[in-house]
Amino acid sequence: MSSRQASLPSLSLENVAVIRGNRLVLRDLTVTARAGDIIWIRGANGCGKSTLLRLVAGLLTVASGAVKAEGRIALADESLALDANVTVEHALQFWADMDGASASERSAALADMDLQGLAKIPVRFLSTGQRKRASIARVLASKAEIWLLDEPYNGLDSASCARLDQAITSRAASGGIVLVAAHQPPSINVAHSLVLDSQGDVA
Amino acid sequence: MKSFIALVTREVRLAWTGGGLWLPIFFYLAVATLFPFVTGPDKALLARTGGGILWIAALLATLLPIERLILPDRQSGVLDQLALRGWSDELVATAKIASQIVAFALPLLLATVVGSALIGLPEAQLGTLLLGLALALPALSGLSVMIAALTAGLSGASALGGLLLVPLTIPLLIFGAGTLAEDPRNAMQLLAATSLAITALSPFAAGAALRAGRI
Repeated sequence: MSSRQASLPSLSLENVAVIRGNRLVLRDLTVTARAGDIIWIRGANGCGKSTLLRLVAGLLTVASGAVKAEGRIALADESLALDANVTVEHALQFWADMDGASASERSAALADMDLQGLAKIPVRFLSTGQRKRASIARVLASKAEIWLLDEPYNGLDSASCARLDQAITSRAASGGIVLVAAHQPPSINVAHSLVLDSQGDVA
Repeated sequence: MKSFIALVTREVRLAWTGGGLWLPIFFYLAVATLFPFVTGPDKALLARTGGGILWIAALLATLLPIERLILPDRQSGVLDQLALRGWSDELVATAKIASQIVAFALPLLLATVVGSALIGLPEAQLGTLLLGLALALPALSGLSVMIAALTAGLSGASALGGLLLVPLTIPLLIFGAGTLAEDPRNAMQLLAATSLAITALSPFAAGAALRAGRI
């Protein structure tokens, strides 16, 4: 299990190409991110935004090029990774245990996403937006330096979007790196905007 | 180690709450209950064949939880999140096998005491049967996790799982049946060796299958 990193997080992709299902999804992609960066990744459906995040997360391998990430990584994508039959509190506590986070850090994450009132409710009874908030709370509680957020605003109401913006800003301000793949622009200042075209090139 | 225990605990809890424990045990006991209806109440016949019937029932009960062992975690992203945290797929498979031993194998051994009473198995045979099953169940747990990893996401996974599991369990069944003979020592040693080999290898096979299934 991953060890804690003392140094500042960094992220670099050099001339990366990824093939998925016999299709070249990313091609000759070079990205560098340093502590404090928020990067908005955008592009049409199927252009490789999620692939890029999964690649950085280490869940995919490159066909060519190199990926180097320094720091603990947390990912929130369309898969919640929360057990449906247990309460929100217990579902998050499992991942807090995995990440070596304390119960108070888990509670703080619940509060940041305004989930205290839902903590005792089984995950299966949550609405789509509430589930999304719970999966973001998992990322918050992880204390990871690098956040990978795939369409994090989908299903969220405006108040929840604002809370997420606040969390992203705080994470970047405290020396983290946040990669946000989204169609709509985040309402926060982003360091870079990475536009992928339909061939996975940087436009 | 703490996170390994947390994962095993989670798996056991999910087995308890999701029917992964009770359904196989009820199935196992149902076979033991129904068998005398077919053979008739011939005590000598039941005593002679009861041990073998419980072995087959245990093998078939192993099939039942296969669909819930890997597929839900793959679909919900739990396997990705574990990989993201540096868990090797082999370690995830090992945790799942360990939890299957706790959540399935141990209750099945307890149910064997009840099942043997239902069948009218002689008390002298019960100890041998329990020892044989105790030796084989870790291997059956390993095989079920391996097959669950191989078939997760495939259409007709249940039927395919059965087709894959049954031939792989034949060595266990042969040596297990051998332990019911008058002198069970040789068969018991072979059963232990076979089970150890399968149990030791299954995390690697299951881990490779988990990796291959990642998209």
